[in-house]
Amino acid sequence: MSITLKDVEHVANLARLELSDAEKAQFTDQLNAILKYAEKLNELNTDEIEPTSHVLPITNVMRDDVRKESLPIEKVLLNAPDEEDGQIKVPAVLES
Amino acid sequence: MALFDLRLQDVHNKLKGKELSVAELVDSSFERIAKTDSAIGAFLSLNEDGARTQAAELDKTLQAGGERGLLFGLPAGIKDNIVTEGLTTTCASQFLSNYKPIYNSTAAGKLNAAGAVTIGKLNMDEFAMGGSNENSSFHPTRNPWNTDYVPGGSSGGSAASVAAGQVYFSLGSDTGGSIRQPAAYCGIVGLKPTYGLVSRFGLVAFASSLDQIGPLTKNVEDSAYVLQAIAGYDASDSTSAKVDIPDYTAALTGDVKGLRIGVPKEYLGAGIDPRVKEAVMDALRVYESLGATWEEISLPHTEYAIAAYYLLASSEASSNLARFDGVRYGVRADNPDNLIDLYRKSRSQGFGPEVKRRIMLGTYALSSGYYDAYYLKAQKVRTLIKGDFDKAFQQYDLIIGPTAPTPAFRIGEQVGDPLTMYLNDICTIPVSLAGVPAISVPCGQADGLPIGLQIIGKAFDESTVLRAAHAFEAHTDYHKLRPQL
Repeated sequence: MSITLKDVEHVANLARLELSDAEKAQFTDQLNAILKYAEKLNELNTDEIEPTSHVLPITNVMRDDVRKESLPIEKVLLNAPDEEDGQIKVPAVLES
Repeated sequence: MALFDLRLQDVHNKLKGKELSVAELVDSSFERIAKTDSAIGAFLSLNEDGARTQAAELDKTLQAGGERGLLFGLPAGIKDNIVTEGLTTTCASQFLSNYKPIYNSTAAGKLNAAGAVTIGKLNMDEFAMGGSNENSSFHPTRNPWNTDYVPGGSSGGSAASVAAGQVYFSLGSDTGGSIRQPAAYCGIVGLKPTYGLVSRFGLVAFASSLDQIGPLTKNVEDSAYVLQAIAGYDASDSTSAKVDIPDYTAALTGDVKGLRIGVPKEYLGAGIDPRVKEAVMDALRVYESLGATWEEISLPHTEYAIAAYYLLASSEASSNLARFDGVRYGVRADNPDNLIDLYRKSRSQGFGPEVKRRIMLGTYALSSGYYDAYYLKAQKVRTLIKGDFDKAFQQYDLIIGPTAPTPAFRIGEQVGDPLTMYLNDICTIPVSLAGVPAISVPCGQADGLPIGLQIIGKAFDESTVLRAAHAFEAHTDYHKLRPQL
């Protein structure tokens, strides 16, 4: 499998990254080199092997269903790039 | 001996004996930083006002004779991906250049509660992605032993600041070697605890199944003290382990008689600098002389670890870093056409090249049609790698080898060749994938650059790791060497 410039553009769109032409060309080469190296994994037969997503034997960690104070709105908005009436402001989601 | 060369215990005694005030101690840290940091670049921001205010309060407590722990009043540095309430936390990324956390990470909060003084935030590779600190989007950190060389990474600032005597200890984070490798390159002690021992709450996530916070210190005893302060279950981190925390300093008995050590041949094979190999062999002779035994073993899946790691860590990163969208915090791009364009422009302007590269790799590995071939395959290989360690630890108490295949490399030497840069992590990455603890301690020098010995233990057996590291240190002088600054 090798990655084309078109693949890079597709993945950049999925990742919400805007790449320059130079970045696209560079990432095409570098991702190909890294993925070629990763093909090494295919030397191993893993048909009968369970995947490890996590080393600890913990599943479904639940907290008690009790109400807790949230952070105050003024604090939460301290880092917001733009705000209005106690809410974070963003550009229009739907085109008019 | 200069004040900054002292063990934590000795500084503690000086404070307790009123030979020294916290204010004087904190001043001496800032003086040392003023003298050395223009050459080193370990810090991204200093907490001068906050630290001095805190020092004055701590001195009052000291005068009143209240009960205090060992870290009370001691100047510490914190890696800039560990959030600190009210102190800018950038992850060395332009994206977060204006981010002031409104809460504390559990680890930083525990240090505060113990009375440690946060001197400032330490430089790193952007979002902890890198092994040289050259990926900081503000400035590189330089190795205190030779400023033409990298300090390692990603916790390069954390390692350099301790090696340069700017702070008494620091916190770093380790995903694939990011505490151990810079500790090795800078000639200090760096401990990556077992996954789950130290809460990750407030550690800006890179690869959540691998990230761990740990201490960087001048010696093993100091490491045990700092680990004691930050270890333990935390309900705010769902991957935090419910285990009893032993007294780590009580483990430092000096006795390693009868310890069984496995030495993986894969860690001393091709690509390992002969000077590094010789230093490790010397260390094994020290253990022999102390009554431990060692044998060569095989961790047969070692050669697959780097490929598996970069697929898994990048996949997790691509998901974790999706939160940086320019909406709620961080730097928002000007004049976006619409919301999607705001995400795209903010991310493209805010992230540096290595971060983009890993997001691209991870997004590709998780994308439709490739998930099984890359991500799932890598998770299965992780099982095999973990199995290597499980098997070895049935027969051996510890696994020992080098921390990194070579001493530090020159700044700029490996930029532009990500794959070569990734191969520096061959001895640390398998340990991270297995989730077990490991420490790097100084074990030699080559051309004036330090070499690190890696001591790997069973899950949650930090005590044996620290005991063995401490016994080695007690019979060698490498940890006493200091860079000329």
